[in-house]
Amino acid sequence: MAVQIETSQVRDLKPPSNLGNKVFAGLASGAGWAILVTLAAVALFLVLRAAPAFTASEEELSGEGILRGYGFWGYVGPLLFGTVLSSALALVIAVPLSIGIALFISHYAPRRLAQGLGYIVDLLAAIPSVIFGLWGARWLMGVVDPVFAWLSDTLGFLPFFQDYLPPARNIMTASLVLAVMILPIITATIREVFLQTPRLHEEASLALGATRWEMVQQAVLPFARSGIISASMLGLGRALGETMAVLMILSPGFLVNFNLLMPGQHQTIAANIANQFPEAAGLGVNVLIATGLMLFIITFLVNMAARAIIARRAEFSGAN
Amino acid sequence: MTTITTAVDTRPRLAPWVPWSILGLSLAAGIGITATAGSLNLLGGTALGVVLYMVAITAVSWVREGERWARDRLASALVVSAFALVMVPLVSLVWMVVSEGMKRFGPQFLYTNMVGVYGESELGGAYHAIVGTLLITGLASLISIPIGIFTAIYLVEYGGGRIARYVTFLVDVMTGIPSIVAGLFAFSLFFTVAGPGYKSGLIGAVALAVLMTPVVVRSVEEMLKLVPNELREAAYALGVPKWLTIVKVVLRTAVAGITTGVMIAIARVIGETAPLLITVGIVANTNFNVFDGRMATLPVFVFRQYAQGGQAASERAWAGALTLILIVMLLNLVARLISRWFAPRGMAH
Repeated sequence: MAVQIETSQVRDLKPPSNLGNKVFAGLASGAGWAILVTLAAVALFLVLRAAPAFTASEEELSGEGILRGYGFWGYVGPLLFGTVLSSALALVIAVPLSIGIALFISHYAPRRLAQGLGYIVDLLAAIPSVIFGLWGARWLMGVVDPVFAWLSDTLGFLPFFQDYLPPARNIMTASLVLAVMILPIITATIREVFLQTPRLHEEASLALGATRWEMVQQAVLPFARSGIISASMLGLGRALGETMAVLMILSPGFLVNFNLLMPGQHQTIAANIANQFPEAAGLGVNVLIATGLMLFIITFLVNMAARAIIARRAEFSGAN
Repeated sequence: MTTITTAVDTRPRLAPWVPWSILGLSLAAGIGITATAGSLNLLGGTALGVVLYMVAITAVSWVREGERWARDRLASALVVSAFALVMVPLVSLVWMVVSEGMKRFGPQFLYTNMVGVYGESELGGAYHAIVGTLLITGLASLISIPIGIFTAIYLVEYGGGRIARYVTFLVDVMTGIPSIVAGLFAFSLFFTVAGPGYKSGLIGAVALAVLMTPVVVRSVEEMLKLVPNELREAAYALGVPKWLTIVKVVLRTAVAGITTGVMIAIARVIGETAPLLITVGIVANTNFNVFDGRMATLPVFVFRQYAQGGQAASERAWAGALTLILIVMLLNLVARLISRWFAPRGMAH
């Protein structure tokens, strides 16, 4: 039975209004643009407020209380060093540990437990940084104290370990806390890559009589190399900008040295800003914002490199 | 006649009970050594025991099973102890926060502020800080949730162009902005726009919004990508305009996942300390107006009480930490429950 349609009725219907579509598309792309604008604004306003610090003369700067008589680069240099040193130490501790944890979750733990174990590591990521700082100052400092004392006694001839002085308000303790804080993101990223290892590679290796460790060496690690690098860089980005743990643990100093166990030697950019900002005035504020701008640029570059590696890997590995 | 010599090691593997008994002996030895050397130290003793186990099992396995299996056993021991090691900070942190926090946590702590609390006074609480944290985080959410959701819609439903690729990339990069830099940005923005004298919770909310938006975009984007294309096509085939399809079909299907993602994003920024420390500061009284005057927030409250030193302040810091962790865990728990209960059928896991 044919359906009868009055053609006159169809012709009378107006085409549906396109207004809703236009408004909605406008809102959506506006939000997309808002992201670009925000990022540009972050850079713009930081540059705007940091500019006086770069243009000020040496005399003006050295008159400023927080610079303690140093010029701009003399002030920033030790801070940059402390930032890089603490983050590098944190990475050295966290990356091998993360590889182990990720391997445990992806290849060693019983399959049914794996997801739950992943959640447990992710829990660490949910803990606010100020609580990590509190934990580091009230628990970890007591635990590492005998270890540091022993290190300083037996290996004190090395510059890294000389002259430990309790309490452990040194860069080593701060880096340990940083390492715990960046563990979750590194582990999560590496775990994802490990889980993508082609099953056939693993089985081929095992079929040739490899032990589990040999299989990991032959199939899993080579496949995951770029993933491990980008995960480490993501962790590095986090560690560079982390404020509270360093602020609450490290006894600050403005020296450039490798005395990891001595208090009052180093300071990081982020912790220095948090420490000085409430009291700073005038040119001091501009100097602190200038250090923040440098931190922003460094973390931006590190994160960009990490994401670029991930993106390239996704394109070429065929593991999507 | 030729004889074939095989390189395959045919020696028997160790019996399953051997590694376990070596582990038991090593742990006992480790704890015993620390006990005789000084005070009984379970953590140090266990660590020493694990190291002893690694040495012993590698040696035994090398002699009885050969080099390859010895390496394998050492690697297994290292991998398992890496995971065990990460449990140490997690367990000790939760234990410290709960046991120390319970000393002061209670109705009195939750319902009083810090007005008139000096020195070693046992009084005082975090009411003003809890109010401040909820208001500032709420305002930050009001800013970043709409922007985040619409950006995700743009990327998934309208994307594909070069701008969309830039946005995706920059959102990724934005997740890595140090929180203190976000605080400096908010400070500089309001310093330039509103003048140097302006102090309010709004500045902190803007800083938190900068940190929160990329997290919202990321999680909502993932959820929208999970919505099957057939649903969109079915709606188009019925003549539904694109925007109504997005609102009534795509968002409706993904609502559980979006809610989860948003709540996890809130949990992520509610504990941010550094940007609030430099923008909003701390006060002793309760301020309900986000647009005028300094405010106290829970993370900054914890930090200031810690920095102040002394028994009473330290107890308040731990109680504040407990409150903060309870709020964060509650948000995470509700988020997981929502995603479990309201997930559309067939996408639940």
